[in-house]
Amino acid sequence: MNTAAFLFIAILTLAGALAAAVLPRLIHAALCLVGAFLGLAGFYFLLGAEFVGLVQVFVYVGAVAVLIVFTILLTRREREKDHASDWGGAVVALAVFVGLLWAIFQTPALAVAAPGIEPLTVRAIGEVLMTDYVWPLQCVGVVLTAALIGALVLVMEEKR
Amino acid sequence: MPGEFLDQIFVGAKRYILSFFVGAPEWLVRLVSSLITILVLIHVFLGLFALMSVLERKILARIQNRLGPNRVGPFGLLQPVADGIKMLIKEDIVPARADKVVHFLAPIMVAAPTILALGVIPYGRNMTPFAIDGGILFFFAVGSATELAVFMAGWGSNNKFSMLGAMRAIAQMVSYELPLILSVLPVVMIVGSLSPDAIVAAQSGYSLGVIPHWFVVTPWGAAGFLLFFVSGLVESNRTPFDVPEGESEIVAGHMTEYSGFKYATFFLAEYFGMFAISGLAVTLFLGGWNAPFAPLRFIPSYVWFFAKLSTLLFVFIWIRGTLPRMRVDHVMNFAWKFMLPMAFACVLAAAVWHYQARRLAGWLWSLVIVVAVYFVLSRLLDARKKFAPRTYRFAE
Repeated sequence: MNTAAFLFIAILTLAGALAAAVLPRLIHAALCLVGAFLGLAGFYFLLGAEFVGLVQVFVYVGAVAVLIVFTILLTRREREKDHASDWGGAVVALAVFVGLLWAIFQTPALAVAAPGIEPLTVRAIGEVLMTDYVWPLQCVGVVLTAALIGALVLVMEEKR
Repeated sequence: MPGEFLDQIFVGAKRYILSFFVGAPEWLVRLVSSLITILVLIHVFLGLFALMSVLERKILARIQNRLGPNRVGPFGLLQPVADGIKMLIKEDIVPARADKVVHFLAPIMVAAPTILALGVIPYGRNMTPFAIDGGILFFFAVGSATELAVFMAGWGSNNKFSMLGAMRAIAQMVSYELPLILSVLPVVMIVGSLSPDAIVAAQSGYSLGVIPHWFVVTPWGAAGFLLFFVSGLVESNRTPFDVPEGESEIVAGHMTEYSGFKYATFFLAEYFGMFAISGLAVTLFLGGWNAPFAPLRFIPSYVWFFAKLSTLLFVFIWIRGTLPRMRVDHVMNFAWKFMLPMAFACVLAAAVWHYQARRLAGWLWSLVIVVAVYFVLSRLLDARKKFAPRTYRFAE
């Protein structure tokens, strides 16, 4: 059951990511990227990390994808032309992939069986965030507030 | 508990059907169990959609002092059947310059998240179709996918009205998602759980046997409920916030280039979204499936849930018949300048209520906070001083 689900999600995710990389029209690529994001969320669900999966959908599909789509929309100057395939990018991507794969197989952690951990509940995450990690949380809050104010300042009309 | 049998009749029925599969492998039992739940869920809400579409026309007609549909069946009740057949046999027009795949996928992508969102709502005792720990988060996570679907509809049609409508829809949905979620935050804070079942269970008591412990009877809950309801109106693109499809300005917004059953799917998604947001409002603030008075608990839980849901849906229709459409910049200003600070005030008021041991003193203090913030905001946002009295050139 789980293996079948894993295979299905894996194929979906990889297909989405590949399509996002090779499709000539930017909007299509962005929408396929959303498919890859959804596949990743499916993996988190499969691993029992329900909260992470939901946040993945919430942040990446709800916010990041909309941002990407808006960016494409507002910066598109002319109709897309057919681009010749850029082999340089493919070589770099392949090199990075092989490097990462090599690094992963070099790590000793792979040989050790993962210890059984309890499934993380939302409550546990909330308690840890509010006790041990309260300062990082506050710092993130300050950064986001600064970003919000910065965006407002950028779009504010100048007073004459 | 009186009425135990009637209360659990649907749960019992499902268990009875599953009892035929006793010897079957586990995956088959799980599959059948899920399929039963999904089929019942979809069909109940498709039925409600049909009923709602005719009732909406009837009630709007009553408000506008006319008769409404009354030709097909008794009181026009078979009107949805006629509408469905009409939609099915209409020509499906796809514009020549449209992005075919995106244009085709958009209606499906709009409808699917709303059906998923309906799955986490507790419809009665032990009647949550998809009971997960983070149900509230799941609701908003799948809800946020709707924005992308609306964009797909607007962009795939390759039409300037569609694009304008989609841009408006996304702008207002993104803006109102903030007050929508922030107005849920106090409830989650007080209950200490993201699970809809836990939230309903937390509202199950009664004071003096008559006052239910619903969150809407507290000041922060009442304010939060109003904020949630208004944001829900925006999220489902209903009047007075239906600027994305403002037919007097941009034809039908992102639905301009859709016809036949694809158009009907957009309508289905709009109504399902309305059911989902009303169902969540009932769960969060109106006590879910709990009875309003302790002596009335003999009436089955799902009856109470659907009674509350119908009341909220009636208010949706009532507002549509009463209010004119808001201007698009007013809609956005309202979100950022009024809804957002009020939602923060609700969070504060809920905290005060909680730390005053949830007694009368806390109740009064949270009322003071909500009312004070409301008055300060309305004073600050008062625009009356800025306009000179209007003069009419030709209408004197």
